[in-house]
Order: sequence, then structure tokens, then C-alpha cells
Amino acid sequence: MVDTAQAQLEAVRQQRARALPESVFAWLLIGPAMLFIAVIVAWPLAETIRLSFMEADLGGEQYVGLANYADLVDSRKFHQTIVRTFYWMFLSVSLKLILGLIGATLLNAAVPGRALFRVLVMPPWIIPIAIGCIGWLWLYNGYFGVLSGTMMQLGITDGPFEFLAHKQSAFYSAVVTDVWVGTPMVTLFFLAAMQGVPRDLYEAAYVDGASRWYRFRRITIPQIMPVIVSMSLLSAIFTFNSFEIIWILTEGGPRSATTTLIVDTYKTAISNFKFGEGSARAVVIVILLGTFSLIYLFFLNKVNKHYGSGKK
Amino acid sequence: MMDRYSKLQMVGIYFAITIFLIFILLPFFEMFMASLRPLEHLFRSPYQFWSDDFSFQAYRDMWVTVPLLGRYILNSIFIAGMVTGLTMIFVIPAAYAYARLEFPFKNLTLGIFLGVNMFTGAVLLIPLYRVLRTMGLLNTYWSMIVPGVAFLIPTGIWLLRSYLEKIPRELEEAAFVDGASRMYTLRRVVLPLAVPGLIVVGVAVFIGAYAQQFLFAITFNQQRELQPLPAGLFEFIGYQDVTWNQMMAAALVGVLPVMIIFLFLQKYLVAGLTAGAVKE
Repeated sequence: MVDTAQAQLEAVRQQRARALPESVFAWLLIGPAMLFIAVIVAWPLAETIRLSFMEADLGGEQYVGLANYADLVDSRKFHQTIVRTFYWMFLSVSLKLILGLIGATLLNAAVPGRALFRVLVMPPWIIPIAIGCIGWLWLYNGYFGVLSGTMMQLGITDGPFEFLAHKQSAFYSAVVTDVWVGTPMVTLFFLAAMQGVPRDLYEAAYVDGASRWYRFRRITIPQIMPVIVSMSLLSAIFTFNSFEIIWILTEGGPRSATTTLIVDTYKTAISNFKFGEGSARAVVIVILLGTFSLIYLFFLNKVNKHYGSGKK
Repeated sequence: MMDRYSKLQMVGIYFAITIFLIFILLPFFEMFMASLRPLEHLFRSPYQFWSDDFSFQAYRDMWVTVPLLGRYILNSIFIAGMVTGLTMIFVIPAAYAYARLEFPFKNLTLGIFLGVNMFTGAVLLIPLYRVLRTMGLLNTYWSMIVPGVAFLIPTGIWLLRSYLEKIPRELEEAAFVDGASRMYTLRRVVLPLAVPGLIVVGVAVFIGAYAQQFLFAITFNQQRELQPLPAGLFEFIGYQDVTWNQMMAAALVGVLPVMIIFLFLQKYLVAGLTAGAVKE
């Protein structure tokens, strides 16, 4: 037995030696994807960095050094935008994770009809974001939205309440819509992870008399921790870059109350044709997100080590 | 035994699920109600939950108001389908390389791919516009397909890689012993085994492509016949008045085909995500 296995292994080795070298083959495989990304993402990114040192508009370009960045450093409005963006991200991601965890737990419960419930959770994820936003635009309307209508019927407000017309309510309304768009995906990934937790762990705990809550806290959460961690990074990046939702609901208003970095960048570069200033903002986004992700990945590594990289 | 719930617990669970689903489905319900209201009724004050003049008239009128509506619905599906196909062509070999092979700069290049996830089209719009103009792709389907593919490749690689890692190596080694080339092994041994994973990743990519067409469409394409549904819907906002009820009707009808397809595929999606999580 041992001999045959040895011989087989030897044969594999010989075959490997005759075949294309592994590294060459690997590069042939990733080459096309690499090239595509290089042309469509890397080159425009380099171009963005170049433009950020320019005073550029439809008329032409002129080198201005760090002037665009200096303007941003001095701008109080821009500082507020950065703070607002991180607040937006933190709030929205926390809500998505909490709702996702609750939703997944509910959909994982062995009750009749759960297959149907799982399907009903998905629509916000599947449909175009812009279309979901049109629905919310309607909901938030003071005159014909059901929210304002209900509030009037119940006597909470006297007249129509325009959710998107006031600074505070516009911001939180946008957060709710963003949470609505993001929650189904988080829920499904958590659900999938929960179903992957070996049943015998629960059974052993059950036999030992552990309560449902104890089992959730001590088995479910640690077991799906790697998925929680990676989903939070993913949805943090999505939320930070979330553009369509804010643009369709408020275009960043009223009075910049919903202007996050990405909206600010778009407004500057595309709406006002200030390509140079817009590019400087884009570079700031890349730096902030890059730093955030690196810090996060550092902790991810620690968590993975702690939980044994997701394996038991 | 363990999964038994008391009556009270059952009630609690259903109650919580109901609240959760109301949050998820409320906008759709609201869109449906709005689509039933005659236009002059929309602005009636005070707010009415229900009245007798509700009708399905908007579902007939919308095809007249925006004659290209059918085209927009198909464009959306066509663009997302093309993006999915192309993305998979790039993703499959790359994901295999990262799952199985050792090569120089493996971690660095994987990091670069994942780094792309940090960008969205909105940040790179200006230079992207120039690149597409140079390639002569503006105002074609490609102007919406090409950027979509680029931004979905990293996600695809990430998802498929972890799936491929779970396929036992022994099968490939056996193929090697029989003298199969690397390419043959990938095509004839690995891919057939990976079909469930390919479906999951394909569906995930399709959803990504379908959900995010709006920005590229309004920026890179001026040709009305080529617009996808989310951009086309804004045609209901006319110079004189906005036919809100028809817009809502069109939005609901427009996403219906994909919803129906998805209804059939969702079993695989949940199962696939789960399989990816179970098999170590």
C-alpha cells in the first residue's frame, strides 16, 4: 500500500515537472483579470491622483501643486463632511449588523413558513438600488407618503411632515434607506453561516442544560464570528461609498445635511466641473478607506487567530 | 426536542418576523398603492389610505407614456447578463489560481484585487469617462458593461476562491497521474465539481450588476434606446407633470422578470452559501 502511494506521488511529481511551471500557469490565469483591472481601475486611479495636483475644468489643466489639498485642509465644511461620513458609516453598519443578526436568527428558527420568509427578505437586495430609492422617496413624502399620513391620522403631527426637508430627519431617513438596502445581504450571509454551525455543538450544550440564549451567545456567535467580521468590513466599505441612495433621496441636502465624502466628490467634480478639486477629494477617500481597511484587517487577523480562522 | 418552541415563543418569533418583513416590504407595498391611485388623487389632502377610485389604469397607460419601457426592462437584464458572463470568464481562472497554485506575488496581487473593492465608480468617474471615450465605447452597451465587470471581478474572485478551496485536491492529483495537462484538469475536473459554487457566484455577480446600473448609465450613455430600467424610469418625470402612479407601476413590472427568475434560483443561492460555509 505504502509503495503504491509512494509511486503515485512520484508520478504526480514527474507529471508536474513536465507540465507548465506552476507560477507561469498561475500568471496566465490571473493575467486577463489583472489587465482588465489595470485599464479600468488602476489607470483611472493614477489619472485621478495626477488631476488632484491640477486646476482642471472643461477649459484645460494647470499644475497647482498641493493647492487643492491645502484648500481641503483649511475647509471647515470639509472637516464636517469627513465627520459626517464616518458617523453615517458607523451608524448604518451597526444597524445593518444588528438587524442582520436578529433577522438571521429569526429565519434560522425552526418554525413553519421559514422558507417563504427567507424569500421575502431578499427583494431589496435584488432590485436596482435606484428603484428601491424611488419607493422610499414616496414613503418620505409629506403629502402622499404613508408615514406622514399615518402620523397625521394618529395626531402625532398637525400637518404633512416632509422627512427629507429637515436636516436631522433627512440624515436619519437616508440612514434608514441605506440600512434597508444593505440588511438583506447581511442577513443571508449570517443565515448561511449559522446553518454551517455543526448541530452536535448545540445538542451537547442542550443536553448539558444550556439555555437558548446561552447557546446563542456561546456557540452561535463565536462560530460565525469570522463571517461577522468580514461582513462588517464589506458593508463598511459599501456604506462609505454609498452614492445612489443619497443622491436620489436628497442630492446631499438639505443644506449639506446628507453630504458624505462620496457625494461631495461627485458634486464637485461632475456637477460643478471642478475636476482637480474633485480628484483631490477622491484621493482623500482612497487614503481614508485604505487606512481604515488596514487597521480593520489587522484586527481581523487577531480575531481569526483567536477563533482559529473559522475552522473548529 | 431542542427545536421545540412553547406557544408563547412561537408567537414571539412570528411577531418579530412580521415586524422585520414589514420593514423590508413596506416600500414595495407603498409603491403598489401609489400605482393604483389616479394621478389627481395623489395630491389629495388629507391623506387617504384607501378610496374607491383605485384602479389598474396606470399599468396600461405606462406603455404609452414611455414607449421604450419594454426595451428598458430588457436592457437591464441584457446588461446585467453580459456583465455576469464576462466577469465569470475573468474570475474562474483567477479564482482557481488563488485557490490552488503557488506563485510569486500571490498575496500582493490578491490584496490589489481586493483593494479594488474600496473604489466605486463614483470616485473614478472623470478618468473612467476619458478611458471609455478613448476606447470609443461611450454611448454603447459596452460603456455600461465594461465598468460593471471591472468592479465585480474582485468580489467574484473572493467568493469563488473560498468555494474552490473546499474541493478536495485528490481529484486533481488523480487527473495529473493520468497525464492530464493543467488546463485540462481545470476544465474537466475542477469546473464540473464547482458548478454549485459557480451558480452562487454567478447569481451574486448578476445581482451586483443589476442593482448598480444607474450611475454608469446616466454618466456614460446618452442613447435612450440603450438605457437600463433605473435610468429609463426617470422619463416619467416630464416637463409638465410627473406621472408618479405610472412610474411606480413601471418600476414594479420592470423588476418582475428578475424577481421571478430569482425565485427559482434562491434555493441554490441559500444552499450554495451554506455549502460554502459547511464543507471545510
